[in-house]
Amino acid sequence: MSAATINPKALQHDAEVISNKRVGAYHHIVLAVNELASSCRPGNFVAISVGGDSSSMVLRRAFAIYRAHIRPDGQGLLELVVAPHGAGSKWLCSRTTGERVNIIAPLGKAFGIPTEPVRALLIGGGYGSAPLFSLAEALKAKGCRVDMILGASTAGKIYAPLEGKRSVNSMTITTDDGSAGIAGRVSDVLPEMIKENGIEIIYSCGPMAMLEAITDIAKNFGVVHQCSVEESMACGIGVCMTCVLPIEDDEGVMRMTRTCIDGPVMDGYKVHWKKSREVPEGVWGK
Amino acid sequence: MNTSFDFSTDLAGRTLPNPIVTASGTAGSGKELSQFFNLSELGAVVTKSIMVKPRSGRATPRMAETPSGMLNSIGLQGPGIDIFLENDIPWLVSQGARIIVSIAGESVEDYAVLARRLRSVSGITALEVNISCPNVENRGQVFACNPVTAQAAIEAVRRNIGGELPIFAKLSPDVTDIVSIAQAVVEAGANGLALINTLLGMVIDTNTMFPKLSQKTGGLSGPAIRPVAVRAIYQVHQALPHTPIIGMGGVVTGRDAFELVLAGASAISVGTATFNDPTAAISVKTELEHLLMERGFATFNQAVGFAHREEISL
Repeated sequence: MSAATINPKALQHDAEVISNKRVGAYHHIVLAVNELASSCRPGNFVAISVGGDSSSMVLRRAFAIYRAHIRPDGQGLLELVVAPHGAGSKWLCSRTTGERVNIIAPLGKAFGIPTEPVRALLIGGGYGSAPLFSLAEALKAKGCRVDMILGASTAGKIYAPLEGKRSVNSMTITTDDGSAGIAGRVSDVLPEMIKENGIEIIYSCGPMAMLEAITDIAKNFGVVHQCSVEESMACGIGVCMTCVLPIEDDEGVMRMTRTCIDGPVMDGYKVHWKKSREVPEGVWGK
Repeated sequence: MNTSFDFSTDLAGRTLPNPIVTASGTAGSGKELSQFFNLSELGAVVTKSIMVKPRSGRATPRMAETPSGMLNSIGLQGPGIDIFLENDIPWLVSQGARIIVSIAGESVEDYAVLARRLRSVSGITALEVNISCPNVENRGQVFACNPVTAQAAIEAVRRNIGGELPIFAKLSPDVTDIVSIAQAVVEAGANGLALINTLLGMVIDTNTMFPKLSQKTGGLSGPAIRPVAVRAIYQVHQALPHTPIIGMGGVVTGRDAFELVLAGASAISVGTATFNDPTAAISVKTELEHLLMERGFATFNQAVGFAHREEISL
């Protein structure tokens, strides 16, 4: 097993809901948190207990952190973009101001930020765009050129706040049904974007099929691809072993790797996408 | 706090300062949880079942949430006994943790090999012999489903471990008569029992109309199975009142642990609750201690099996 362990900055905290607003198909939720806000990095996630004390939902829900910052008055804030899909996320989206939710954050490995200015492309699928705006700001602060592609099935599922648009050099939207931007998928516009803008690194977050398609294209162009994977997890802290994917480690050994601890940000080249739902031949311990 | 309350427990001759331990497979080897509390605060860390060789485990999806519970189908992913002994045991010892090592085998010979590897390792309090993992290819491979195979696995451990280390056989509730299995393993040399492993279950995704887990079935855990655990512990304690039981099954609060203690558990494993709250075991410990004192017990031991008192006095 890998020597990786839980994010050393992770803290458990009862966080007060400061605001909860519906934005298109999603909810933008702001939580008041303690000093953990200052240790959150783009790509980290939060695990939230849902349903209250007598709930029949026994597992935490994991959400990418949209942004985390300290207000001028010293109050730490953690912002999330949540899709009310299942019972747990619906419960979270129905919290009102003043209520408290138990969180553990920051969890997982963050996106790697280059030390030199590079030409970066950020790609988000659906609410997978959530962690990309704070990443864009971090990259801009390093002097990077930042382009963004957001894709979704339909216009209402594109999450692109105004301030987010301001943090990038260009924003391209694709929708499967053509209700906003270009009709099609992010992979349809990607090769052209890489060529035209001389992209050197791709950061992505979204459905697994999208991440796989991006990896294939990135490989063709020899572009680095850091992707944030989404695999269902029970604990978020590395003890349940449910969120594994077949991933090659630094020594070239393919292992069933915990995405909560070694990820969620992964080198797209190292994920065995074609057999991500299997235990492929050659995996350590098979 | 009444400092005269004795919270210690005796597990077949080994004393733990308190009866709260982790449940195997829900705490790894303790490293991740150590970020949230000091492992020495637990009665012991029960490590994830270790096998002879490294094991990849099963394909995903490995997990499905269910009402007040979850199914898991991890398939005993782990590094194998060599790496475990090299890394995990010394680390746990360095943390001041008491250690109960859980072992699992695919054959009787595997159990013998594991016992031989562990017999001279220092720092271990007891062995939990997992003969009841439901996540195996063939239901016939679950040793604990049959008194003969259950006995064979425990005998192999007993023969190879020597006389020093207490062994606890972990049993499955998915049997017609758990008492007969319990009696069989005690005859074969088990000093105690760990009750209960998960129950075999299935969830079908009504969108895809296929089973949700890649391997179709998984082990059910969480509060949903607590009444099954209480029943199993109660029945076995009644039949074998002098055999210590590590009880587990859906314990989330001190009250839940108290229920298992009343049924006959001498120690309580906290498992699935840890997934929701990494400090669950510690709050269970605090709550149970308060509850026992509130109810007038002078020692933890007085409460073990207390629900049996009328039948015993008759």
